[in-house]
Amino acid sequence: MSAAALAERVARESYGRLLALLAARTRDVAAAEDALADAFAAALTAWPRVGAPDKPEAWLFAAAKRKLIDAARRAQTAAVGEAEIIRGVEELEADMGALNIPDRRLGLMFACTHPAIEASVRTPLILQTVLGFSAERIAAAFLLEPASMGQRLVRAKKKIRDAGLSFDVPDPEQWPARINAVLDAIYAAFTAGWSDPLGADPERRGLAEEAIWLGRVLVSQTPQESEALGLLALMLHLEARRPARRSSDGGFVPLDDQDVDAWLRPLIEEAEIVLRRASALNNPGRYQLEAAIQSAHASRAWRGETDWDAIVLLYRALSELTGSPVARLNAAAAIARRDGPAAGLEAAEAAGAQHAVLREYQPYWALMADLCAKLGRRQAAQAAYEEAIAREPDEAVKKFLAQRRDTL
Amino acid sequence: MKYAVLVYETADDFAAREDQRAKDYWDGHGAYAAALQTAGVFSGGAGLKPPHAATTVRVRGGAKQVLDGPFADIKEQLGGFYLIDVENLDAALAWAEKCPGAATGSIEVRPLIEMNQ
Repeated sequence: MSAAALAERVARESYGRLLALLAARTRDVAAAEDALADAFAAALTAWPRVGAPDKPEAWLFAAAKRKLIDAARRAQTAAVGEAEIIRGVEELEADMGALNIPDRRLGLMFACTHPAIEASVRTPLILQTVLGFSAERIAAAFLLEPASMGQRLVRAKKKIRDAGLSFDVPDPEQWPARINAVLDAIYAAFTAGWSDPLGADPERRGLAEEAIWLGRVLVSQTPQESEALGLLALMLHLEARRPARRSSDGGFVPLDDQDVDAWLRPLIEEAEIVLRRASALNNPGRYQLEAAIQSAHASRAWRGETDWDAIVLLYRALSELTGSPVARLNAAAAIARRDGPAAGLEAAEAAGAQHAVLREYQPYWALMADLCAKLGRRQAAQAAYEEAIAREPDEAVKKFLAQRRDTL
Repeated sequence: MKYAVLVYETADDFAAREDQRAKDYWDGHGAYAAALQTAGVFSGGAGLKPPHAATTVRVRGGAKQVLDGPFADIKEQLGGFYLIDVENLDAALAWAEKCPGAATGSIEVRPLIEMNQ
């Protein structure tokens, strides 16, 4: 592997771990980000010349630590004094031990969910600090102006630094109030990776696996949180379908047409075990419902058919619990499978009439197109496919929709 | 880290200092200060006389302006403060929760600026 490729891989795999470690003692997330960016830049210059180090993470950590101390020396008015930073990094070095870099990411995630941090910025803050998302990318995901998102992230980091937030995982009684932002961030990372099933985009590659890994860490530390278990089960079910989601030539394969033999059975089995553990805690929630829906889809691998009645009920429950227009639309899609296209179309139109936002949503138009086609309304179907194609960023899905349109 | 625990009181809280509730009011703060000291986190503080005793000064264009009353006329006024030295914000918030007045007024927690060593 070339030095540049190695630096890129370490950057992706270690970013959150190194940042959590650097920020934990000094509480200065922005300074740690700057120091880490400088360290990665130094690696890109140094590694191709002198060769990659045996322990790239430790090299980056040492470089970032030097940058952090230099920056503290320069900043005379820093809220955290130089002596405090040096003491912090000395403690860090003791923590580093001989080989293992301790994982402080969970503590950093919980710091981002502190009630002292503005609620709407908690999930974006986790995405940026733990997963290295840029403000632009987060803004796009949350439908906000990048400048506004950037400012809110900067404000939140200042609050963490100046207010003296703890980077320890809080006591269990505080989890219920704080875990939702952590779950949402992990799931947002997973869906960013999930939307790129072939790993074509280097920024998104590996994100789904990373999110599953974080989900496992979370579950191991908070085993009584039913929603953490629900999220892990959901991600495992979806990840199990990765090999079946694209044909050999890269074409999009919808869930109904996927070859169940290509699904990864061990992941499905693990998802089922995790979901049963969640159900036993008797505290239902959004992620458990979503996992249950995926579980109902997965049962096709054993029973040969999908239990659409269960899926309709689960989507209705999800829609009631979250008020999500997408859940309502999915309920309509399931009704179409259970009761026929006319009933499905009626339900989809009702959802679209109540939630104007759905009319900007690709799957709404794809469903309308499919149901109109099944009912023989060719022109309406064609128009709906055009609307769907215009709203789809993924080329493979675009091609799939165009093929459907052309076979009308 | 050092924090100021700022006690914002309602008009009724200020009244409670002087009516038949006065003993409870002062005993409450006495017990709270004693608890801070026992825990080894107390590093100062003071009670303030009510807002009617306040006078506000501003210098604008080189001229002194003296205004009667507190700087802002709001429902809850600063009634006093404690300075505490604790590990982190969560510890400070835990002490703020126990502060007399938390149930009727508001307790603002602010880190103190610490001079570089």
